[in-house]
Amino acid sequence: MDFNLSEVQNLIRQTVRDFAENEIRPIAAKLDEEEKFSVELTKRMGDLGLFGMHVSEEYGGGGMDILSYVIAVEELARIDGSQAATLAAHNSLGIGPLYYYGTEEQKHKYLPRLCTGEYLWSFGLTEPNAGSDSRGSKTTAVKDGNDWVINGSKIFITNGSADISLGCTVQAVSADNGGDKKFTTIIVENDTPGFTAKTMHGKLMWRGSNTSELYFDNCRVPGENLLGEIGEGSHIMLKTLDNGRLSIGAMGLGCAQGAYELALKYSKERKQFGKPISKFQAIAFKLADMATKIELARNLLYKACWLCQTGQKFSKEAAMAKLYCSEIAKEVADEAVQIHGGYGLMKEFEVERFYRDQRLLQIGEGTSEIQKIVISRHIGC
Amino acid sequence: MKIVVCVSHVPDTATKIVVGSDNKTIDANGVTYVLNPYDEIAVEEALKTKEAQGGDVVVVSVGPDNNKESIRKALAMGADSGVLLKDDNYRDSVGVAKALAEEIKAQDAQIVFFGKQSVDYDNSIVGQLTAEMLGYNCVSVAVDLKLDGEKITAEREIEGGREVIETSLPAVITCQKGLNEPRYAALKGIMAAKRKTIEEKDAAVSENSVEILEMKKPAPKEPGKIVGTDSSAVPELVRLLKEEAKVI
Repeated sequence: MDFNLSEVQNLIRQTVRDFAENEIRPIAAKLDEEEKFSVELTKRMGDLGLFGMHVSEEYGGGGMDILSYVIAVEELARIDGSQAATLAAHNSLGIGPLYYYGTEEQKHKYLPRLCTGEYLWSFGLTEPNAGSDSRGSKTTAVKDGNDWVINGSKIFITNGSADISLGCTVQAVSADNGGDKKFTTIIVENDTPGFTAKTMHGKLMWRGSNTSELYFDNCRVPGENLLGEIGEGSHIMLKTLDNGRLSIGAMGLGCAQGAYELALKYSKERKQFGKPISKFQAIAFKLADMATKIELARNLLYKACWLCQTGQKFSKEAAMAKLYCSEIAKEVADEAVQIHGGYGLMKEFEVERFYRDQRLLQIGEGTSEIQKIVISRHIGC
Repeated sequence: MKIVVCVSHVPDTATKIVVGSDNKTIDANGVTYVLNPYDEIAVEEALKTKEAQGGDVVVVSVGPDNNKESIRKALAMGADSGVLLKDDNYRDSVGVAKALAEEIKAQDAQIVFFGKQSVDYDNSIVGQLTAEMLGYNCVSVAVDLKLDGEKITAEREIEGGREVIETSLPAVITCQKGLNEPRYAALKGIMAAKRKTIEEKDAAVSENSVEILEMKKPAPKEPGKIVGTDSSAVPELVRLLKEEAKVI
């Protein structure tokens, strides 16, 4: 077994870490406070080459492996969950389905613009009444002549309504034979008549990222906007989520790493009873536990990436990694605030943001409970 | 124009340094090594020079195999090729400069960039030594640089001000913070760097003229003293600064 990262992966980590520390850290608190999505910062992440990292160079991508991409998400999340969310959603949910299931024409049409960060793409799955029960979704797509006519709505869609959102991949019910639903994924550009994207405000976390409600009101798109085959929507959605779980895992890992580092630093500076609190076993043991959980999370996540990029089954491990990384992000951020004491409750201290940002991770892209269902099916329960 | 930039591979400044069991080296266990921060400025200046004047940027480093990581980073930033002068042992500044000078001569470089110092041993002399060995002009601690044909106009930091120097190629420039803002190694650059060559050869070895006898951590800082919190403490503060600290 070789646990060493490649020279390229190490360099990617270094570059993304430098970028996150120098360009994101100074403005992350302000974007969070103002609940503002930054087009400019997104463009700069694009210039660095973060978008479409795993897409082949033919379509304007970086031609890198999944682990390189996961490392990039981890490094952004170590500093700011919002920017990591923009990246993870765009690459895994936006670009992913187009890249894996698009026709040559569709890929050439969209991917080059999406890989530069000039435009974003979203993935419309969740509905107001269909969260964990994704088969309960009600948005319909009906074939009318050569066109598809879409009606319904989607909610909690990352990157759906930013000024640079170009379009989304919508999962819709294309046939319903007495409850036996067939799902189909269709490409909808944001400027299509009958389509409205509305930014959601008042978020607890990821306040520097774009979250949207999407509305389809007799939204008509040409037949060639079909992504994959008719009725293949469920399959596309499941495969997309398998990949997405790796990047959400990376967000949990990075969030935990960032919160842990803040706590470690603070514990060495903060003095009580005449010495740094890191010298007290009560605090030192917390930090030891945090470091151990992070190490475990990293090993599990990287192994899932390795399975994925060597063409092996990774669905179970992706669910385990998503579950574990999200859960330890919660535990580590919680203890990090505890170590900060009263200061950890103040916005002036970065750890406060980590405490809020981690909370999405056990909910988004399949709740922790859904991950356990996935895992339990894999182990034959 | 042939442009050479000399780089070193140093412990990350965020790393906690522990002295090794031999008391002469640092314990490399768990230490992350990176491209020397001042050398990033040197690489950036080399790339800007290439962009303005044309030419080839060759990255040269003396040291063990691991130095290739820092060469690769410079290649990812945009340098054209690399040379590793392999040397697995400790080499003092004179030894490093000799090995570099020989390579630079072979490369027939017109301009050579260094960081003003490497943040490991902090000797701040390898650039100047190399210039002397080559018979090149040298501007150290440069914070501004203009090239006009053969003519160089540079500014360097001196105590309390800046000194403007005019000289000519061939020259060695050692780079200080403020000279430029180093670019990030964009991810496409990192992938492209995989395809660039790093030539490996043995460094021209010479006897060290410096021997490290012992390495130890500085004594911990004495705790500060608070003489008071309002203006009534000023006379006592002045007395202490005068009589104890002897700074006024």
